Amino acid sequence: MISLAGRDILHSWGKFVLTGMGLGLLIGATLTMAGVYRGMVDDARVLLTNSGADIWVVQKDTQGPYAEASSIRDDAYRGVLGLPGVAQAASVTYLTMQVRHGDTDERAMVVGFEPGQPGEPAYLLAGRRLLRGHYEAIADVKTGFRLGERIRIRRHDYEVVGLTRRMVSSGGDPMVFIPLKDAQEAQFLKDNDAIVSDRARTAGNPALNRPGVPGLLDAVNAAQTINHSVNAVLVKVGAGATAEAVAQDIRRWKHLQAYTREQMEEILIAKLIATSAKQIGMFLVILTIVSAAIVAFIIYTMTLGKIREIAVLKLIGTRNRTIAGMILQQAMGLGLIGFVVGKISATLWAPAFPKYVLLETADAMRAFVIVMVVCALASTLAIRAALKVDPATAIGG
Amino acid sequence: MKLSINRRTAFILAGAALLAAFVWVLARSGPLAPVRVTVTQVVRADPAPMLFGIGVVEARRSYLVGPTGAGRVRQVAVDVGDVVRAGQLLAEMDPVDLDQRLASTVAAAARARNAVDTAAAQLADSSARREVAAANARRYDDLGGKGFVSSSVTEGKAQELKSAEAQLAGAEAALAGARQDLIRFNAERDGAQQQRANLRLLAPADGLVTARDAEPGSTVVAGQAVLRLVAADSLWVKLRLDQNRSAGLQVGLPAEIVLRSRPGQVLAGKVARIELLSDSVTEERIAQVSFDTPPRDVSVGEMAEITLRLPGVKQALVLPNAALRQRGGKTGVWVQAADKLSFVAVRAGISGADGSVQILDGLKEGDAVIVHSERDLVEDSRIKIVSALGGS
Repeated sequence: MISLAGRDILHSWGKFVLTGMGLGLLIGATLTMAGVYRGMVDDARVLLTNSGADIWVVQKDTQGPYAEASSIRDDAYRGVLGLPGVAQAASVTYLTMQVRHGDTDERAMVVGFEPGQPGEPAYLLAGRRLLRGHYEAIADVKTGFRLGERIRIRRHDYEVVGLTRRMVSSGGDPMVFIPLKDAQEAQFLKDNDAIVSDRARTAGNPALNRPGVPGLLDAVNAAQTINHSVNAVLVKVGAGATAEAVAQDIRRWKHLQAYTREQMEEILIAKLIATSAKQIGMFLVILTIVSAAIVAFIIYTMTLGKIREIAVLKLIGTRNRTIAGMILQQAMGLGLIGFVVGKISATLWAPAFPKYVLLETADAMRAFVIVMVVCALASTLAIRAALKVDPATAIGG
Repeated sequence: MKLSINRRTAFILAGAALLAAFVWVLARSGPLAPVRVTVTQVVRADPAPMLFGIGVVEARRSYLVGPTGAGRVRQVAVDVGDVVRAGQLLAEMDPVDLDQRLASTVAAAARARNAVDTAAAQLADSSARREVAAANARRYDDLGGKGFVSSSVTEGKAQELKSAEAQLAGAEAALAGARQDLIRFNAERDGAQQQRANLRLLAPADGLVTARDAEPGSTVVAGQAVLRLVAADSLWVKLRLDQNRSAGLQVGLPAEIVLRSRPGQVLAGKVARIELLSDSVTEERIAQVSFDTPPRDVSVGEMAEITLRLPGVKQALVLPNAALRQRGGKTGVWVQAADKLSFVAVRAGISGADGSVQILDGLKEGDAVIVHSERDLVEDSRIKIVSALGGS
């Protein structure tokens, strides 16, 4: 038995394939949109995974350190370390800022961490880990920095000694890891003009600059310039302890807020990126509807273009089932080509996006089923039109 | 019909190409794609650790020169940057009435000297009177014994002698008193002179003036500095080292000092002193590093980066420190053997200055270990070994 659909496709296969590819690019755009959404969620998850923590300890009544500003004393970790069930605890700072690189500025999230403690990048793409306690940096490869380059954060130069990957903030800014003490200074240090004018302001205050108390002014100035704050303490719980129990202890006895991994994920995904995720989700729904409509119209017009040939088929006594099968097979074929082209194009252009685009296999399977169902549904429209054709049009015209 | 066969072939070719591209895409991305990694082997080398810290140039000896009592500055003789010698006049405080009081004590001392002279003269007079009285008494005693004069006369002369002796004793006491007065007034005069001299602020040692904190006419309290000096030949660097990276710190270690003002120049030095007290707030140890040859024109308070080289370990098993991973609360490395990955817990020793780390146990020489990877690895990760990953 010869395939009527195959014969028809072969008859004008160039047109068929080109139509399929056009459809594919549209499906590719839809897949990419889904990937952008998944990428956003994944960025948030990866941020939590890479910090290597089970519990985030932040300032009381805040949802820091990612969703809100949080500031705690840098000796808070000692108290946390003394609680039962805590295996490791280390201070970290996070600050999104401009990092000077040659003549340009790169926007990056500067992370201050203690080497060997939670908060350190888990794996490196190139280079080595930090050896010195100051002025060395590990950068995400998305920053564009290269090994051995010198970057400037506030007033100090840092040497890039290692590169890592997929270390981004929830906003998609690549991370730069520097030693905690440098990061504390970078976060709270003012520029020189501000320091000098602050000193002058203090010296102008008669309560702080008393003639009879030499050294008071120096002491006040010194107290104003030192800072012992960090943004969060990352805690790893030991074997046999549950994160929730330890977090409860911290909340109750240390008067600090503590979030477990689940709670932090909830904050990041349900609160921080919720609006932009919904925005993209809405766009994705519209794109899916538009794609489905276009597929339907393409198949419909393809069938209408062959109305004379269908009439001839009917005239020579072809059964309706055969004609319907031909149209359905063509629609499915078109959908298959579209899906394959879409998947290929989405995979090819995804790495070029500035933010991470995550193409999940499950999403692709779902898209495949939707494409096939939409094609089948769309073909019914065309089949109806084909079946209604009067065989007389083949000779009448 | 021939045309149809050509078309069929072209269609099949196009389909095959599309399918091949699809398969290639699936293999390249997503969960089926291999993780690209770099691999190295455990080798024997001589890792030498390094300590790194920042410090501030300080003077080993610095002096605050100021008055011991509150007062007004009369003159300041030197300015910032001047080199001064020990004992040189640096500044002087306003003496207010101290000069007049000094003149008064000088006069009082002179007067006391005169009083001593007067008392001495009176003593001489009393002494002469006593001698006359003694001679008279002796004579009248003889005459009285022979009955030439009445006994009342004899007794009168004896009483005169006693009186003259008492006067002599009084004059002696007056002289002693006048002498003590003289000592007292001399001491008061010397004290006033000392106080006057104390208002002259002198350099306690050879040095360089670093600050001029008060100008003539300003009032300062006791202990407040008018001038600050440092001994210019005693500059060293106060080094702060993170406590968790300070193992092996000891006196005499050679140091490489880089001053912020001249980043390209490495100055040689050595650890001169290690402070027993470390800073518990910043969790840093403090040590002083001296210059082998003190640089010229270095400023006190300048920041310096200091690298200390520690003696290393010979022929130790080493790995790049990027190979160490944390997994399940353990430190270890991914070992690749017979195309399988396994996580092996290791015990790390010292860290070399070149980024290597000593492996104490867990691995043997020649083991193939994953160094860099595109993603975090798990046991069943498919890997693809490359020579270097992006960005290097």
